[in-house]
Amino acid sequence: MDILIVGVGGQGTLLASRVLGKYAMDKGYDVKLSEVHGMAQRGGSVMTYVRIGDKIASPIIDEGSADFILAFEKLEALRYAHFLKPDGQILYSTQEIMPMPVVTGAAEYPKGIESRLRGTGIDALTMALEAGNAKAANAVMLGALCKKLGYEKDAFEAALLASIPQKTVEMNKKAFELGYAAV
Amino acid sequence: MKKLMLGDFAVARGAWEAGVKVAAAYPGTPSTEITEELARYDDVYSEWSPNEKVALEVGIGASIRGARTIVSMKHVGLNVACDPLFTASYTGVNGGLVVAVADDPSVFSSQNEQDTRLTAVSAQIPVLEPSDSQEAKDFTKLAFELSEKYDTPVILRITTRVAHSQSLVELCEREEKPVKGYERDIAKYVMMPANARTKHVVVEERMQKLSEDSNAFPINRIEEGSKELGIICAGGVYQYVKEALPEASVLKLGTVWPLPYALIEKFAKSVKRCIVAEELAPHLETQIKAHGIAVEGKNIFPRCGEFSAKLIREKVLGEKTETVPAAVPARPPVLCAGCPHRGVFYVLSKLKLNVLGDIGCYTLGAVPPLGSMDAVVCMGASIGMAIGFDKADPEAHKHSVAVIGDSTFIHSGITGLVDAVYNKAKVTVVILDNRTTGMTGHQNHPATGKTIKNEPTYELNLEEVCRAVGVKDVVTVDPGDLAATEKAVKAALANEDVSVVIAKRPCVLLTKKLYNGFRVNGKCKKCKACLKLGCPAIVNGKDGITIDVSLCTECGLCQGVCKFGAIDGEVK
Repeated sequence: MDILIVGVGGQGTLLASRVLGKYAMDKGYDVKLSEVHGMAQRGGSVMTYVRIGDKIASPIIDEGSADFILAFEKLEALRYAHFLKPDGQILYSTQEIMPMPVVTGAAEYPKGIESRLRGTGIDALTMALEAGNAKAANAVMLGALCKKLGYEKDAFEAALLASIPQKTVEMNKKAFELGYAAV
Repeated sequence: MKKLMLGDFAVARGAWEAGVKVAAAYPGTPSTEITEELARYDDVYSEWSPNEKVALEVGIGASIRGARTIVSMKHVGLNVACDPLFTASYTGVNGGLVVAVADDPSVFSSQNEQDTRLTAVSAQIPVLEPSDSQEAKDFTKLAFELSEKYDTPVILRITTRVAHSQSLVELCEREEKPVKGYERDIAKYVMMPANARTKHVVVEERMQKLSEDSNAFPINRIEEGSKELGIICAGGVYQYVKEALPEASVLKLGTVWPLPYALIEKFAKSVKRCIVAEELAPHLETQIKAHGIAVEGKNIFPRCGEFSAKLIREKVLGEKTETVPAAVPARPPVLCAGCPHRGVFYVLSKLKLNVLGDIGCYTLGAVPPLGSMDAVVCMGASIGMAIGFDKADPEAHKHSVAVIGDSTFIHSGITGLVDAVYNKAKVTVVILDNRTTGMTGHQNHPATGKTIKNEPTYELNLEEVCRAVGVKDVVTVDPGDLAATEKAVKAALANEDVSVVIAKRPCVLLTKKLYNGFRVNGKCKKCKACLKLGCPAIVNGKDGITIDVSLCTECGLCQGVCKFGAIDGEVK
């Protein structure tokens, strides 16, 4: 299972990949994650690879070979859609974050992205705000991902709660449930 | 017990299991997490040094005195540490000395794409290269053994994909290595000409012996497959080769300097087509060919950028898989919403100044709409370059500044400032003091007043440092106050001497607060003055100017540029 997690630096893609990695390892699979740190994280387009299987060699996923894309932002979903296999699916947040070239007027945010994506979009930001804060959007996405991939809910949620600060547990739990129920 | 572990953490774990006593480093992506992780172990002394040269010198001292020691840095950090490195090759070690160096193929977070293996050839220092987290741990332990056995520092070379990938690691217990005895040995450790001449011969003999012995090292192994195709590879590339060419014979090298030539020759003879697959420089290929062994390599593979399984299939088998990315606007990295550097760059942009830049998050001041950067080269270079501008153009000081972060200033900016005063340059230096080493993920440094373990220590006072080297005009401003920042910069430019403006405000990411975000009210005239800040939270969309509450950190800079009071919210 090759899962690409994409978004905008600061949205919590690293947390998502680590939760997936922990869940898969606890299930006895070989896992490789590849992350982006440093300069690229600062509000830029980021992608993290998660590869799960009996024996994994390369930590990166090539274009045209991802089973699944988890996208924290709509434009980023479209940017990496070509990484999908022909039968691959995208689960994306409908949130729009304007990249700087759009803010400065040098480019336009593409219209009609939804119709170009093969998969499901959810309004993770609204659900996160309902759960308590915009930062919980990644927990919403993980809830939806857990349902989409048919992962064991309790074990997956436990992997999430083990990876976050204690004081945000309630908010993340609520966000996870909202995401789970949304797909 | 198995654990999912970052490559960097695995290096740290390997060092700990090997009984390491001392760890020193200056942060640098993708090597930073090695020393961050080592700082969590109570039985290891760890430190953030002011720069990589000092870190390696601490390491050399600890090694001579008998402790197993690891010093970590990124590839360009090794340049800074080259002076001690080249001579440590001559002195050799007492306690094992491992230098972990992380290269950055594809330049994810660096200023160049250089190859550490070439430096190692020049310094005559052996290099091990792991291909995943398990090997990162195992090879680190082996590096300590080889260091002591062959009396040499050993470089553990990793790349971004190994450093920042996570894979499963089998954990072991720590093997205590008491600090060895020490006796003065002038011929070994005092590198004056007579001793250095003698030691150079020893170095060459050591590398010759290591080359021969490495033919039998288990980490250099042949994985037999098809006789039609053989691939010689090491490090992360090995994983791509296994993925792309499962049928091929593979010679996996664990030592990438010196090389096991007998093994390579045997392998090359055993296959019809022998190809060296290596990222960046044709290091293995050049050395193997110089040894009279025919291989392919950079005739099919690129010298730039990282590899992938797809690239290897394409270049070796001619197999092309076409995927077409959608044409979408780029999303370059930007200064975070609430970043204290934004206020400074807004002012520099407004005043249309030439800006000699430096290495840190603030290099992003080069990105539109702030777009205020003329040159960025290496750590600490901004001040020297500003002096150069001044000496080349007598008018330059009126419209140019050097900008440098607090950590970078301590790393290698202070000597530039000494030069400016000593040689009567007319320069303005803006120290962007965000109270941390920001881009690498918030490490302490001498001016934060805290050690790597967050223990309180002497807090270097940047104002006092500047005055001590002879700068008379030093002022500190809050870059959140645009008017005060502009006034300070203008005054510094008017000064026909060296001026330092310290723009002091903590990195916004240091305060792990949750924000509600500001709101744009009905008074907005759509003048777009706020858009000049280049703040990612300010959106110019179909509903006019709005603020993305998921990004806003309530810094208030936008309120400072809005003439109509159109932004609601209170700066706390």
